[in-house]
Amino acid sequence: MHAIEKILAVAAGKSEVKAGEVVFARIDVAEVNDLYLQVIKSFYELGDGEIVIPEKTVFVFDHYSPAPTIRSAENHKKMREFCREKGIKNLFDIGEGICHQVLVEGGFVGPGKVVIETDSHATTLGALGAFATGVGSTDLAIALKTGRLWFKVPEVIKIEIKGKLPVGVMAKDIILHILGRLKQDFAIYKAIEFNGGVVRALSMDERFVLCNMAVEMGAKTAYIQPDSSTYNYLMGLGCDISVFSEYQTDSDYIYSAKYEFDVSDLTPQVALPGSVDNVVSVSDCEGIKVDQIFVGTCTGGRLNDIRVLAEVLDGEKVSECTRLIVIPASKRIFMEALKKGYVEKLLKAGAVFSTPGCGPCLGAHEGVLASGERCISTSSRNFPGRMGSPDAQIYLSSPLVAAYSAIYGRITNPLHFI
Amino acid sequence: MDVIEGIAFVFGDNVDTDQIYPGRYLDLSDHREIALHAMEGIDPDFVKKVSQLVEIGPVVVAGRNFGCGSSREHAVIALKEIGVRAIVAKSFGRIFYRNALNQGLLLLDVPELKLNEIRGGAKVSIFLREGSLFFDGILSFRFKVPSESFLRLIEEGGVISYIKKYGKLEF
Ligand code: SF4
Repeated sequence: MHAIEKILAVAAGKSEVKAGEVVFARIDVAEVNDLYLQVIKSFYELGDGEIVIPEKTVFVFDHYSPAPTIRSAENHKKMREFCREKGIKNLFDIGEGICHQVLVEGGFVGPGKVVIETDSHATTLGALGAFATGVGSTDLAIALKTGRLWFKVPEVIKIEIKGKLPVGVMAKDIILHILGRLKQDFAIYKAIEFNGGVVRALSMDERFVLCNMAVEMGAKTAYIQPDSSTYNYLMGLGCDISVFSEYQTDSDYIYSAKYEFDVSDLTPQVALPGSVDNVVSVSDCEGIKVDQIFVGTCTGGRLNDIRVLAEVLDGEKVSECTRLIVIPASKRIFMEALKKGYVEKLLKAGAVFSTPGCGPCLGAHEGVLASGERCISTSSRNFPGRMGSPDAQIYLSSPLVAAYSAIYGRITNPLHFI
Repeated sequence: MDVIEGIAFVFGDNVDTDQIYPGRYLDLSDHREIALHAMEGIDPDFVKKVSQLVEIGPVVVAGRNFGCGSSREHAVIALKEIGVRAIVAKSFGRIFYRNALNQGLLLLDVPELKLNEIRGGAKVSIFLREGSLFFDGILSFRFKVPSESFLRLIEEGGVISYIKKYGKLEF
């Protein structure tokens, strides 16, 4: 069996499961974000009563943080009331950060856990060796009512990343490159395991980027086998790692497909506006003027991303032709960035900071785009209309490409300077 | 629910949930209000065109990976509430698929669908238990007949009514 199958088997109380089988699995973490009042509606439609897993339930206010409209403020209010009424103590209110990061920092997620979130980028958490997947509101409500949810055990695709990662090339470039090759419907209903020497050498911040964007290929979940980096990272956050269980994939497990990518010659990559899998090397789109640079989100708003940005912009100025918005993925990251002096460097360079959360990533607030504007962003989605006007254009890149683009006000190839 | 008929609204590949239901309306929770923005990110006139149909509802026809992207159940709710009878696509985003099952919106995987041969506005007839569908009575495609438990879930109007009636979910 694959490690993912073992996690699901244990959660379903079975000794064995196989791909295609439907299991009812015990849920270890059920996370609701502030977009989905529908969770509460569906919960009550299922009947009155208590939440059977109050201590495993987590609410995070991240997409509308702080509330930009009266309606979103009303939604927050109803959610706070619901948490109080139902005895949910894990309410991370505005400014705590983006759900996927908050769950990690809160010690909720680690190897072997079964995690559902009302957010498709739940796949991010597979970087810690958990089974984590995004669900809709009604599924989440069922889990709150029963403590369980059904899953079809996925086939697993193995993606091995090997070679030597060139200087100036980041995990974001790797995953954009893979997406450009394999396309956005490549892994629908399936799981992706990332492996290989390059993955082993990546920091956790970078591993999260790979798993985060696995969902852009349609994957149900992503997985990286835990190793010493995983445990060091968790212990560094102050997590009690004895509550986690690591599972190993059997040597005779048959993957549904295997792919190898040698990244030794990889260059920084950019996804062109409109679709995440329309990916080119930055040298094929350099010079394009950008009105906004956005560094943030559950993909590109971690400490490493802000460090890269601050190091490039140290002593420089954001071009007058553009604006730079930086939103740390969590309050904890924000504080670390302050302590390390990144925030000051960036403010001096002309960056604008906003409350930890999703920011303009989904077009709700804090830097949405006007028609005809172009933005280069470290986020994961560039669908038409994603960050505001349907006529705005979003380019996706690494924080390093974003950093140099901020200085020149145009998409810029960092390799010219490294 | 053996035969379903409707008018085809044809879309391409990778229609994501931001296009089906733009993020700026995510703070809505009333289903009727949600429905007013169905497909707004890709066809701002969709709701108007659908409301002009008399007696016959819309059937959404699409290519690969329909409903990919964000997990927003609003996307399914909008389409169901506006009266979409079924969505026929080459494949679906998986969270969208689950959400549709939960809300009782019929989805059919039809990998062989040839989008360029299908006329927007064509009359669609779906023979659920035979696994075939026709456009204008001529052009036909086959699909795998959905399981009884799947059909029961749709017939009951989604997972909530199903659980209320049968006590629990089974496959
Ligand atoms: S940062 Fe963007 S992609 Fe991540 S959870 Fe928030 S809206 Fe979704």
